[in-house]
Amino acid sequence: MNWQALANPARFKRLSDRLLPWFAGGAALCLAVGLYLGLVASPPDYQQGDSVRIMYVHVPAAWMAMFVYANLAVAAAASLVWRHPLADVAGRAMAPIGAAFTFLCLATGSLWGKPMWGTWWVWDARLTSVLILFFVYIAYMALNSAFDDDTRGARSSAILALVGAINLPIIKFSVDWWNTLHQPASVSRLDGPSIHASMLTPLLLMAVGFTLLFFALALVRMRAGLIERRLAALSYTRSADAGVASFR
Amino acid sequence: MSATLALLRRDLSLALRNVGETLTVLAFFVIAATLFPFGIGPEPQILARVATGIVWVVALLASLLPLERLFQSEADEGGLDQLLLAPAPLEALVLAKCAALWIGSALPLIAVSPIVATMLQLPTEAYGTLLASLLLGTPSLALLGGIGAALAVGARKGSALLALIVLPLAIPVLIFAVAAVEAQIGGLSVRPHLFLLAGFAVFWLTVAPFAMAAALRQAAS
Amino acid sequence: MTGESAAGLSGRELACMRGGRTVFAKLDFGFAPGDLVVLRGPNGAGKSSLLRVLAGLVAPAAGTLAWHGADIAEDPAGHRARLQYVGHLDALKANLTAREHLRFHAALRDMGARDVGGRDVEGHHIAHALDMFGLAKLADRPARFLSQGQKRRVALARLCVAPAALWLLDEPTNGLDAEGVACLAAAIADKREGGGIVVAATHLDFPGGQARTLTLRAAA
Repeated sequence: MNWQALANPARFKRLSDRLLPWFAGGAALCLAVGLYLGLVASPPDYQQGDSVRIMYVHVPAAWMAMFVYANLAVAAAASLVWRHPLADVAGRAMAPIGAAFTFLCLATGSLWGKPMWGTWWVWDARLTSVLILFFVYIAYMALNSAFDDDTRGARSSAILALVGAINLPIIKFSVDWWNTLHQPASVSRLDGPSIHASMLTPLLLMAVGFTLLFFALALVRMRAGLIERRLAALSYTRSADAGVASFR
Repeated sequence: MSATLALLRRDLSLALRNVGETLTVLAFFVIAATLFPFGIGPEPQILARVATGIVWVVALLASLLPLERLFQSEADEGGLDQLLLAPAPLEALVLAKCAALWIGSALPLIAVSPIVATMLQLPTEAYGTLLASLLLGTPSLALLGGIGAALAVGARKGSALLALIVLPLAIPVLIFAVAAVEAQIGGLSVRPHLFLLAGFAVFWLTVAPFAMAAALRQAAS
Repeated sequence: MTGESAAGLSGRELACMRGGRTVFAKLDFGFAPGDLVVLRGPNGAGKSSLLRVLAGLVAPAAGTLAWHGADIAEDPAGHRARLQYVGHLDALKANLTAREHLRFHAALRDMGARDVGGRDVEGHHIAHALDMFGLAKLADRPARFLSQGQKRRVALARLCVAPAALWLLDEPTNGLDAEGVACLAAAIADKREGGGIVVAATHLDFPGGQARTLTLRAAA
């Protein structure tokens, strides 16, 4: 695909017009079927009972938290390398969606923790890593909106997104290590038991549904962002021949 | 090279002349650490158990304090443009600023850390490792803080924003620094932890100059 | 390219965007060695922005900027080394003296203490710069004890401690008294005689001899 062509706002709008219904429809379908299979049709776990069903939201949300951050990092790199406004708009559009998935993962993790461990919060290695990822999303959004000039916010937060991207593996490693140091090994992992095929189908459907939902939401937010920029530019556009009146 | 050294020398002599700022950071470090006995009680066993964590967490918070002025004052006074227009690479100049920050605020903090550790009943055999962990860990904090400070130049929500940016990224340093001291107390080898801290410092030493320079270039445009 | 536009600093179709709006566009000019160019125009016409573009601090949104016909985007470090910029801020540290500021600036511009033939070249340059701007008696006073005009003189004296082929001055006479303006005029005349280019943004009468004027139009 020609990235430069896609980066043209008008072409982006035409492309997103065509893609949006497919993303939105596909997301609705996958999530509906996935939720039905996960919450109703799949068997309860012999140990955890019905609370295992939280997994069908929790685990795909955790995947999305990382997947959206990867997209954010790509947008950040594009913003810094090509300095294209569309990449700036994309970063700003995607971050709150990623933060929402991350929060969903934390909230469902907490809900799962109560029946499993008898407490709303456990410093489980994965949950802790996701929590720190959530903090990085917050920092990104705070920095992105901290400047009067949107472009400055976009560039600054893009640098942060990349610094975060190279640091996240280190954080993950450190938290895993810290966790084995402090946690007794008896705490079972949040993935639940080994996955049976009847569980895998709804899990994958939910993951695909979340991904399509992310793309649909990102497209809507990017279009809104582009319109916002156009409006801002229009409100103080000056005649194109502003410049030299005389030079002698 | 001479430009980088000149900047380091200038910032150090400024730190020496504004010694009050350093003292404020040190006072914060000591006062914040002494809050913990009030919060969790003065029992020596409990304090000894959490002393390392308190010293490190409070040192981390104290190291945030001078960051807000690091590049913001240069931007406010116009000096940032002069640094950007210097023939020397900006990456080297920002490193000089971080080095001056480390010498000017982290070293004094390390120097008073034994006092705080004593008040918190840290076992005597752990002092050496605490100092080593601070010496190896604080360069990462200064570099990481430099990134945050450079990113936040001209931002509307100064210091809280800096904390949001810097603290999550500093967690690995905190984990292994505290682990080093606890390993010492537990009679285990501290070298792997200290090597990792040194590794983090090298990592940020290679990443931070480019991130800071990129952030400052776009801050000026 | 014609000789006129190739020598010195030339701009073609330059445009500048700030915060999503066009500050200026389609700007063409050629500044020749020895030129003093005065940028004029009402507030907000883009004088400071143009100076920042000329300095390379801000990348132009369109068009090219060339030095002796070579695009400066190809060699930003070379461009930085050949210019000196005095912004509308003085870039002074309250606790450093005038002499310390000049010494630091000389080092920053890679003119650090080099002993050539037994002479303290740096000290010589600094003493000359202090003299040039009437600062000899104030040389060891911290900047916080200097008046607004005296601070401006220190900022301008920086121009004389390191060589540069191009001076970019943003409202250089702000806060200066008549004597200070005369000092600046003399420094500019010297620079032009040596083949330097001086570009200054101002909305007042400007010293420094015969000048060319580039007028930026106000917002439409």
